[in-house]
Amino acid sequence: MNASRLRIQSVINHVLLSAISLLMLYPVFWWIGASLKKNEEMRLPTIWPETPMWENYTKGWTFSAEYSFTHFFANTLMMEFWSVLGAVLSSAVVAYGFARIPFKLRGFWFSILLLTMMLPGQVTVVPQYILYNSFGLVDSYIPLILPHFFGGGAFFVFLLVQFIRGIPRDLDEAAKMDGASVYSIFVRVIFPLLRPALITVAIFTFIWSWDDFFGQMLYLSSIEKYTVGLALRMFVDQFEVQWGQLLAMSLLSVVPSAIVFFLAQKHFVEGIATTGLKG
Amino acid sequence: MLRLPCTGHGQGFKRRFCGTMSKTTVNRDSPAPLLGSRSLRRIKAAMSPHVAGYVFIAPWLIGFLLLTAWPIAQSFYLSFTEYSLLDDPIWIGTDNYAHIFGNDPLFRKSLAVTFLFVLFSVPIKLFFSLMVALFLKNNTRGMSLYRTAIYFPSLIGGSIAVSVLWRNMFSLDGYVNQVLAWFGIQGVGWITNPSTSLGTLILLSAWQFGSTMVIFLAGLKQIPQELYESSAVDGAGKVKQFFHITLPMLSPVMFFNLVLGVIGSFQMFTSAFIITKGGPVNSTYVYALFLYEKAFKHFQMGYASALAWILLVIIAVLTAINFFASRYWVFYESDGGKAK
Repeated sequence: MNASRLRIQSVINHVLLSAISLLMLYPVFWWIGASLKKNEEMRLPTIWPETPMWENYTKGWTFSAEYSFTHFFANTLMMEFWSVLGAVLSSAVVAYGFARIPFKLRGFWFSILLLTMMLPGQVTVVPQYILYNSFGLVDSYIPLILPHFFGGGAFFVFLLVQFIRGIPRDLDEAAKMDGASVYSIFVRVIFPLLRPALITVAIFTFIWSWDDFFGQMLYLSSIEKYTVGLALRMFVDQFEVQWGQLLAMSLLSVVPSAIVFFLAQKHFVEGIATTGLKG
Repeated sequence: MLRLPCTGHGQGFKRRFCGTMSKTTVNRDSPAPLLGSRSLRRIKAAMSPHVAGYVFIAPWLIGFLLLTAWPIAQSFYLSFTEYSLLDDPIWIGTDNYAHIFGNDPLFRKSLAVTFLFVLFSVPIKLFFSLMVALFLKNNTRGMSLYRTAIYFPSLIGGSIAVSVLWRNMFSLDGYVNQVLAWFGIQGVGWITNPSTSLGTLILLSAWQFGSTMVIFLAGLKQIPQELYESSAVDGAGKVKQFFHITLPMLSPVMFFNLVLGVIGSFQMFTSAFIITKGGPVNSTYVYALFLYEKAFKHFQMGYASALAWILLVIIAVLTAINFFASRYWVFYESDGGKAK
């Protein structure tokens, strides 16, 4: 009896989850179909066009006379590479300091760190812009990459601190007995163990920087340096928009994030689960 | 007693020296250059954890001072000035604030729009993400597929791509109206109609509940299974378990999501900027958009700084209220019951 009840429950679960998944993905299906439509066909209620316009993709890719999307993708991926690298390295270092080393004013700085998590970005955006501007760094990738090297964001530091607190101290103690310094404990013991949590940091950083339209718009002004997001905006602002092409390129623009997410999907949820956000 | 490496004496130079020494000994088997292992150990013993701690948090600390603390102070100062980036800031006292509170209809409008957005989007998002997380909690087959499907919309997040998608779907002859037509309902131009435009943005933010859900999911997995088992023995049903175990145990996570959700939606920008451009008739003119236009379209940096400080105060007050209220509903296990 119990087994059959469990069975029914599992069926209900599957039905509900499929329904939710379908609802969530429905706009995406429409998106895929519409990216292959002609402008006139957009009005029709069909999902799939009569004759798929594959040239929406090829024409969209080269919509701008000066640069193709190859260029914009290369720009964005280059920016992403440095951002992710900076976030992974610096957040691990900072988190180790907070989690394991009892230094003066640690509690104070840690509460400051947590407070910055709640600070609205708008408060700092104007002076930051002025600061970068005075160093001649506006219209460069530096304002977009540099912050990631400063601990990669309070949220990540917090996540990693929680994770490190979950690592048994015996490991540190054992290494200490062997005469290892705090630095070598970090490099040899803690950093390798941080892998699952660091994957989470890397994914979040990748996706969030990819989507950080505001920052990109603010700091990149020459088309040569445009990211995919900015190129899409340029597309939207055209005099006569080819919707099919625009939707095709928009769809392509989310592919990298999707790939990153699929590859690391498992680590992603587990990385957060094991860090224990409750603390 | 903890034996800390490099404690005690040693001034700046020696400490720094000590730090570099210990780095060279990462590979312990290689012989230490110049110094014997005894003196090496003594140098290491001279390393203070205080110095080591600051060495480790240095990246964050520098970033904090440079890109957060200094800008906050700077923006406070600028909020009392008139500044266009080209000339030096001119001190005008509280004129900016007086103007904002006195006669800036856009300030009141954008604040009202933002409050409305937060008021609806946060609870809707929390509710959906919790419900879906509850379904996803059980490890049935194909779970990773569901998880990915449900997370996908959030993946494409606040990007411009999704704004383009939304604009198409909710336009007068967009997909949503075509579906409504099947049911004989005459849709409106959801985005071009002032009374529904904000609704489409709320719906968009609700559609992207993935991150909130993942955090709920992580919280759910941490609830000890024994609690459910023992309560089942006592004859508690699913509903009772939900209200007496799941909700209380999840309340700290709920609180975390609530606080960050309020703060995040107060700063909503991209979708309003791309999909509606603040219109029609300013019905989606959110605060962040207002601030952006003042700063980077009209180059009124002083005025924008004052707006930023007002935003900071509003968010601080709301967060404080949240924290205060949390005493009455957030359950912390370690306290052995409700805090107070």
